[in-house]
Amino acid sequence: MTRTPPFDEERLAQFLRALPPAPEAWVEAARELPLARTELDEIVARAEADAAFRAALVADLEAALAREGYEPSERTLDELRERLASE
Amino acid sequence: MSLVSLPDAQLVARCRAGDQAAWAELVNRFSRYVYAIAVHAFRLSEHDAEDVFQECFARVYQNLDRLRDDQALRPWIGQLTRRLCIDRLRLASREQVTDEELEPPGVEDSLSTLDEALTVHEALAVLPENCQEILDRFFARDESYRDIGDALGLPSGTIASRISRCLSKLRSELEGRNP
Repeated sequence: MTRTPPFDEERLAQFLRALPPAPEAWVEAARELPLARTELDEIVARAEADAAFRAALVADLEAALAREGYEPSERTLDELRERLASE
Repeated sequence: MSLVSLPDAQLVARCRAGDQAAWAELVNRFSRYVYAIAVHAFRLSEHDAEDVFQECFARVYQNLDRLRDDQALRPWIGQLTRRLCIDRLRLASREQVTDEELEPPGVEDSLSTLDEALTVHEALAVLPENCQEILDRFFARDESYRDIGDALGLPSGTIASRISRCLSKLRSELEGRNP
């Protein structure tokens, strides 16, 4: 009895086609998660230690961060809003 | 050993130790898999798929310490993505339905194909770079012989034979893994 090769060219082609690249911007954002997490923790720690900074964040998050030189992603901003609201 | 050829378990260990390059490799290794599950198996819109994609990697990053078996990274990411896709579909559904009712028909077959495709992709990652490039451009990126030739500085008339040779190398690599 002849065994079918486990990976003939047609199947290999099918499998290679099945995994197209994800959009580069999505991949880049995911790669930068550790840096974003570090930045997030740093901002929250500052807000806990500095009432004026916290008040500025609550009043206008994006403007307060821009004044301090932060350029957080949308996702980081969302998480920051959640953490500020929960504290 | 380069990060690309590092087994999943060792990659996880490096990520836990705070190695950012290892994390980037983990994202590279699984980004197509997560994307394909969301877009092809679950047929989510680009917007929903992007949310699932980012949420998936955020949870992986947060919960790496809780992964009990480091070799189970791939099934863990697969299950997590599937769960997030179902949650996304549930948000859009007005009726109370089971997970199975929310999943598109044929999702099990699609996931099984994607799992095999990831195995093939892992084998591709250890081939010579020119083979990775040519096979990826032709099959996954759907580029023409002419575009591939232009990008790689090769005569377009030689692309078909190069693809064939690289597929043979890929098959040998896979058969070497599963004799």
